[in-house]
Order: sequence, then structure tokens, then C-alpha cells
Amino acid sequence: MKFGIVTFPGSNCDYDAYQAVVEKLGEDATFLWHKDHDLHESDVIVLPGGFSYGDYLRAGAIARFSPVMQDVIGFAKRGGPVLAICNGFQIACEAGLLPGALLRNTSLKFVCETVRLRIETTDTMFTNRYERGAVLRVPIAHGDGRYTADDATLDKLEGEGRVVFRYLGGPGDADEWWSPNGSMRSIAGIVNDAGNVLGMMPHPERAVDPLLGSEDGLGIFESMLARVTA
Amino acid sequence: MSRYRIAVHIVPRRGILDPQGKTVADALHTLGFGSVRDVHVGRHIVVDLEARDQKAAEQSTRDMCERLLANPVTEDFEIASVEAT
Repeated sequence: MKFGIVTFPGSNCDYDAYQAVVEKLGEDATFLWHKDHDLHESDVIVLPGGFSYGDYLRAGAIARFSPVMQDVIGFAKRGGPVLAICNGFQIACEAGLLPGALLRNTSLKFVCETVRLRIETTDTMFTNRYERGAVLRVPIAHGDGRYTADDATLDKLEGEGRVVFRYLGGPGDADEWWSPNGSMRSIAGIVNDAGNVLGMMPHPERAVDPLLGSEDGLGIFESMLARVTA
Repeated sequence: MSRYRIAVHIVPRRGILDPQGKTVADALHTLGFGSVRDVHVGRHIVVDLEARDQKAAEQSTRDMCERLLANPVTEDFEIASVEAT
């Protein structure tokens, strides 16, 4: 199985994603250049984290119009799996692949820490290797991660089981839903209507080895492998 | 074709939490501007363009806002000024 990892000017997690796929998952990965119209026959596309186009105008607003994204959008519309992490999530929202938007953190600060995430559904191609309600430790690192959508959209996401991860616990009260960035309803990750595009602010590719402090993120890659090669 | 300079205001949609605006309002209160009720921080974008006439220039700018300059999910925009240059 081949993962195509898009490199935009300003991407900085493309190599992390590459290492996670090649070294930990043992599958093929290739970098896709933002100026090309070529997905190299990838089975899965990863939109990695970073600061594409310097976050000018709005995070993800300009990357969404880059040449390779027109192919990625076509790939996603045909049902191809897309894993959109951090800046990738912002780009996917701007591109209309996912509903809502990611705004400046409520604290106005960049947050960089390990958070706890709860798996809200295992009925997706990205989480089938986990148990429902499982809690993962995964890092976040972003300034614009406040998931925002209107109430009707949020109700629809919840009603259709498309909220995949929620931030869990927080300083002072471990049982309360909490978000480190002010996300509505503590949403950390969602899937699109068809279930083939996952957007998430946390970085599973940075949690794939005990040396990194956690290997809880590897299950997302394993879940995709299990589903795509099935 | 004529040349126009169009300024656009883009602001967070009312009702969406605007922590930057709130922080600025708090700072203004600290400075003694107690009459301030609300502040919203947005972007001001100036576009120089060529168009057949003013109407076409404005329409083109609105298209730019809808497609790129503003996020239709969270922001509102308005054309603040149009100037023939």
C-alpha cells in the first residue's frame, strides 16, 4: 500500500508522516509536490501539518488552490482515503472536503503539548483498530485549532457519528470535556459525509514509538492499512 | 479598461467567538475607554485591478471575497471603498 504525502511550501510534518508509514507501518510512502498534478498512484493521501504558504490570509486558504490539491479533491470525491492532520485539517476545511473551520485558539496562544483524546467511534476506516472509548495520548502543536461550525452542522456531525476524536479531561477536572484551543463541543477530529476523509488537529504521526513518548497514534495508520488492503 | 482600487473589510461573523477582539476591548477598558462595548478585529485588503467599469470591478472583487479572501463559514465581508485610479 502506498501513502502519498503532500509537501506544500511550509509543510513541516511531511517527514514525520513518511517515517511513521515507512519505519513503523512498513509500507511505501512517496512525497507529492504541491505544484504537480500527479498523485503517483497513491492508495492514500496524507495532508501533513505545517504552515503552508506561511498561513497567509488564513491557515490553509492558499494551499487549497495549489495544483496538487485539485487532484486530491478529485481523489477524495471518488472515495479515496485522505488523512488530513493539523494544517492538513485546515486545508481540507478550506477546500470544502470537511465542514466547518479552524480559528485562532481562544487563548490566542500557540499550544504545544501532549493531550488525551477519546475515540468516539471505531466505525471508520481510520479507527477500526481501536476500542470505542479508548483514550490516546497524542501531541498537539497549533495556533489555529478552534474547531468552529454552526449548530446545525455540529448536530449533524454528532447525529451521524462523524465526531471521531474529542479532547478529554483538562487541568483540574479530568472528567469534563475540555479543549486546549476552544474547539466547539471539544471536537478534535471529524470525518466527511462519505467517511473517507479524516481531519484532526492532533498529530498521530508524532506518536508512533515509545521513544516519542507515545505510540498511540500508530493505530490510525494500521486501521487504514487494514481497511484499504482488505 | 479602467483601473480601480477597491478596499475590502473582512470581519468575524457576529456570534462567533472573537478572542482577539475581546482582548483588544479589555485593553481599551484598561486604558480608560470605558465607553467601549465591543471590538472586532478583522482584515483590510486593498486590491488594484482593471475592469470595464466600476460595477464589473465590484463584482469581480465580491467573487474574490467569496472564493478566497473571506471564509464563508466564519467571516463577513463588505466593500469599504472604490476609487478610480
